[in-house]
Amino acid sequence: MRLEYFLLVDRVINLDLAARTINCEATVPTESTIFEGHFPGFPLMPGVLLIETMAQTSGWLLVAINKFERMPFLASVREAKLRTFVRPGQRLTVEAKVTHDGSGFAMTEASISCDGRLVSNATLTFRLVRFPSPEFAAEMRKRAEAVGLLTDEARADG
Amino acid sequence: MSSTFDTIANIIAETCDIPRDTITPESHAINDLGIDSLDFLDIAFAIDKAFGIKMPLEQWTQEVNDGKATTDQYFVLKNLSARIDELVAAKSA
Repeated sequence: MRLEYFLLVDRVINLDLAARTINCEATVPTESTIFEGHFPGFPLMPGVLLIETMAQTSGWLLVAINKFERMPFLASVREAKLRTFVRPGQRLTVEAKVTHDGSGFAMTEASISCDGRLVSNATLTFRLVRFPSPEFAAEMRKRAEAVGLLTDEARADG
Repeated sequence: MSSTFDTIANIIAETCDIPRDTITPESHAINDLGIDSLDFLDIAFAIDKAFGIKMPLEQWTQEVNDGKATTDQYFVLKNLSARIDELVAAKSA
């Protein structure tokens, strides 16, 4: 995780387009300016960033399903639960599954676990919008490559 | 068995916290009921689930934006109900 850059997914572990699921890895950094405020002397991963981590994981899944033709933008967060504290250095497993594929929108169920224990989960809705510019799409492809999302098929398409 | 309109009206009432008795077949979802695009995603989700269809919101929006249709054709509830019935019929055909 690079918190200051809002890059919260480190690596895609598994992407299953048929099952419409994704599994990612994200390690909370041991140091970040965010921990100076959240909280002094008691550093905790902010809950909103855990939600964002689930959103980004879901986002990679939706980008892959839509073959990089649509960009998912977070539209709503429902039933978000922050079950335990997450501390610097903890290694998180983030999972998401598409539960509804609508016209121009999609919904996912996402969760974060640490050492096999559920840390957070939420139901997320995304608008699926055509990329506003080719530059943006190209940048997302680069990021996808960096987190190990791009499949051979997607590379060939791109 | 409740009508398509009743099902849609109940979904709107529950999703948007709008009194059910204010929702009529003549109501325009946007202009009369004040439903915004985000709330409409929740309604679309519930309608998709209830009727086992995929409401083509993007296509409808595009047609309105291109001037090929008016919002009344899709968002006045009696018309929306008719569109849903068409989608259900097409699915089972």
